[in-house]
Formats: sequence, structure tokens, C-alpha cells
Amino acid sequence: MKPKSAVTIGAIVAGLVALYSWRLAALPGALLGNVLVTGLLTGLVYGLMALGLSVIFGVVRVVNFAHGEMMTIAMYAATLLFAALKLDPFLALFPVAVIFFAFGYALQAGLINPFIERPEHSQFMLLVAVAIIMVNVLLMGFGPDARSLQVDYALESFEIGPLVVDKVRVYAAAVAVLLAVALFAFFRITSTGRAIRACADNLLGAKVVGLDVKRYYALTFGIGSALVGAAGVLQVMLVDVTPALGPAYTLLAFVIVIVGGLGSMAGALAGGVLIGVSEALAGVAFTPSAKSMFSFALLILVLLLRPQGLLGKKAA
Amino acid sequence: MLEVRDLDLFYGDAQALDRVSLSVDEGAIVAIVGSNGAGKTSLIRTIAGIETPRSGTIRFRGKDIAGLPSHAVVDLGVGQVAEGRQVFPTLSVRENLEVGGLVPRARAKARATVDEVFALFPRLKEREKQAAGTLSGGEQQMLAIGRCLMGQPELVMFDEPSLGLAPAVVQEVFRTIVALNRRGITVVLVEQNVAVSLKLASRAYVLENGRVVMEGSGAELLADDRVRQAYLGL
Repeated sequence: MKPKSAVTIGAIVAGLVALYSWRLAALPGALLGNVLVTGLLTGLVYGLMALGLSVIFGVVRVVNFAHGEMMTIAMYAATLLFAALKLDPFLALFPVAVIFFAFGYALQAGLINPFIERPEHSQFMLLVAVAIIMVNVLLMGFGPDARSLQVDYALESFEIGPLVVDKVRVYAAAVAVLLAVALFAFFRITSTGRAIRACADNLLGAKVVGLDVKRYYALTFGIGSALVGAAGVLQVMLVDVTPALGPAYTLLAFVIVIVGGLGSMAGALAGGVLIGVSEALAGVAFTPSAKSMFSFALLILVLLLRPQGLLGKKAA
Repeated sequence: MLEVRDLDLFYGDAQALDRVSLSVDEGAIVAIVGSNGAGKTSLIRTIAGIETPRSGTIRFRGKDIAGLPSHAVVDLGVGQVAEGRQVFPTLSVRENLEVGGLVPRARAKARATVDEVFALFPRLKEREKQAAGTLSGGEQQMLAIGRCLMGQPELVMFDEPSLGLAPAVVQEVFRTIVALNRRGITVVLVEQNVAVSLKLASRAYVLENGRVVMEGSGAELLADDRVRQAYLGL
């Protein structure tokens, strides 16, 4: 990273801290520590969700406006699997991710690929339509009320010195990081991963060397969907789910990706952590319902000072 | 080996190719010359399956490939070194080559072919781990040629391979093309360097406004007054 970039990123973080500090000064240190750690861990799960959006956008150049709705579907899926089969969400992760992969692959291959050469607004309308259908199906199936998933270790916590951290939150964050590392390795090591990076790098070049671009697009959408599916299963252990969360998460994922830097995998995670910490701080310093306000303030700050996002590359 | 008949291509309402016909014999070097916007790149992209023609046939070894997707065309042995090189800038040199060897026809031989490409272009071997975007123009052209060879092509279409390169590098590119042709690869060469490409070519076509306006052996066109005036400035 260039020194100037470091200064800009430092300024953004300092601005954020300044935004909170007058309210936070009154809080006891241990509480503040707990809030920061909780925000960090939640932020990693957010990061996993945003990673799905980032991967799809980075390769297919389509913004998945149904991303948050897919997240909520995965959350409901986890509650159903838990209620019916007593399946622990950390195990439900695998079947849900596989089904989401297949769904994402089919969505891209069947519905989005025919739109790929069309103008962006018609792609946008297509995915918004998909999102609205998803929310309404969830409303019909589950009603507007919140559902929760309580594993029997939900209330257990780790105590490290003055810090008290929920076990589920630690596990969820650890799984999110593991999946992100696995994804990174997939893109570096496997020939399919390299081919997907090639499609993202130079579309014409990919066609020139004979890559079946639409197939790799479908694979990528499948991978991004599997990531958001996994994130949803983790998230439902941390918050209750309602259909209305869908549009909120779509926007949140979008904010995280912009803050972190479009097309940067590390950026999606970093953006997730930053938004997670910001939300947690806003929750204690003001009121939990103010958290989105601070996320969007952060977004504006980043767009002003560093339009390409924290870890994004400057457009040439 | 390659027979193009009455090919029409449109971009919206604009006609880019107008009843273009040409034939390429196995083992030949065939040059396509013409000014900017004459349709040379459109012709290559249509043969490669990147653009879809409105009408006409493209036969490669007897099989009509017009309208096939590009990955199917590459898998039949029709390679392309595209205008502007089109390397993958953030992938390393080796990764660029590996991606070039992913077409089904070439997968099994990919490892051995990487070594052959490195033997052909030792500079690429030296820069194996470097991101392709950091290479010089000449090195990127070598990489584009090497990446194309990874696909085990029988016919390679070169689109402006010398564009934007230093004179010494241009010589090297032409030497490489001739060497590949001697190894049995059939060559279609689109070049702004008309004099050199006509000298190398056994057969040549002149494109103007999407039409073939002249054809003949390279030597015939080189001696033709109209060609000398329009393209050689003599």
C-alpha cells in the first residue's frame, strides 16, 4: 500500500472514531472492548455475505440486487432444518451452500446470461424483480413475524479477562474466515479458479483463448450464492430473521463492498468488519436503530475520500 | 483448410462485412490488408466466433463453423492472437499460459506445452511469476502468441501483431510467425505493415469498406500499382 493510501484510510477510520468518541468517552472500558469484539465478529459474517456480492460483481459485472433476499432465504432454511431435523447450523451450512450453489448456477445460466449483453438498467430490473418475488414468497410462507434459532449453546460465552464473547459469534466468525480463505485458495490454485479470474481480467481475452465464458459466469454466480447461503446460516444464530431483512441486507452488502473496494476479496472482509464495528458502536453510543445511519455516513466518507474503496484499485 | 463464403456481418444497422469470401490452404501464410475500419478485425472475430455473422458460411476442414461460440471454434484448432494482445493483466505469465491450455483439445498436453513456449520465448520464462500487465509491449505480444499456442492451434489468425512495438521487436514477431508456419501452423496475418506481410504471404486479400476488392499472390499484389499507391505510399 502506498503511504498516501494509508493516510487516507487512516483519516477515514479517525473520522469514524471522532464521530463516536464524544458519546463513547462515558462508557466503561470493558463494555467498549466487548462492543468492539462483538462488532468485529459480526462484521466477519457480514464480510462473508458481501464477499458473495463482490465475487459476482467482479467477474460477471452484474450487481446481485437479490443478494440480501438470498441471505434471508438461507436464514429461514437454517431455522427449518433446525426445527425439523435438529440439524446444527454449523452442519446445515454444507447442504444449504450446495443447494445455493445449484440455485445460483441455474439463475445465471437460465435467466441472467440472456441479459448479459443488454443495458444495465434491464439487468437491474431483472434482479430487483427476482428479489421482490423472493420477499413475497417468504412473506407467504412464513408471515411477517420474526423467527429465531436457539442452539443449546446459544447463551454460552468465552471469558477472556474483562471480555465476555458469545461462543456462537466466535464460531460463526471463524467459519466465515475459513470460507474466505478457502475461496482465496480456490481462485489461486485450481484451474477453474484461474479461468474465472481470467474472465474477470479480460473478457475479450477469455473468448480469444476459448474459455466458455457463460459457463464460468454461471459457476461464479453459484459460488457467490453459496457464500451468501453460508453467511445466512451463520447470521441466523446471531439475529432473528424476518422477510423484511432481505432488502436491508442487499443494501448493507452493497455498502460493505463499496466501502471495502469493489472487486477486492480482502476489501469485502475489511468493509464487513468496519461496518460491523460501526453498527455495534452506534448501538451502544446512541441507539441500535441508528446503526444504518452511521453505516451510510461511513459510506459517504469513503466515497468522498477514497472513491475506489479502502482496498480497491484506482480505476485506470 | 478454411473457406469463407459470402460472409455478411452487421453491427446494428451498420454493415461491417459485405459478402466476404476467402480461402486459406493448409500450411499457407495468407495476408489480409486494408486501411483502418476496412473490416479486418471484424473478419477475424467473426471467423473466431466472437461475432455472429448475419449470413454466409465459414468452413474449417469441411465443417461449417459460422455462428459457433468462440470456445467451440478454438477447440477445433482455430487460434487467434488478438489485436491489442488481450493478455490477462493481473494473472502471472505462467497463469496466462495455463488458462490458454484449458480448451479440451489441449488440456492433456498443457504441461509440456508450457515448457515448449518457454523454450521458444526464454524472456517469458524469466518473468514466469510476474503479472502480465507489468510486461513490456513486446513481451506481452510474445505472451499472447505463447498463450495461443497453448491451445494446440492448427490455424492461427494474427491481428496486427506488430502494432505499437519497437522496430527490433517487430522483426522478432515476424521471425516467430515464419518459424511457427515452418512447424506446420497455417497463418492468417492481418497487418498494417503491408510491405512485410505481402512479402511473407503466399496469398493475400485487400479489404475495403468490408468488401474484398483485390486478391492474388503476395508478389502480385506487391507489384500492383493500386496497392503500391494506397498502402505502400509509392
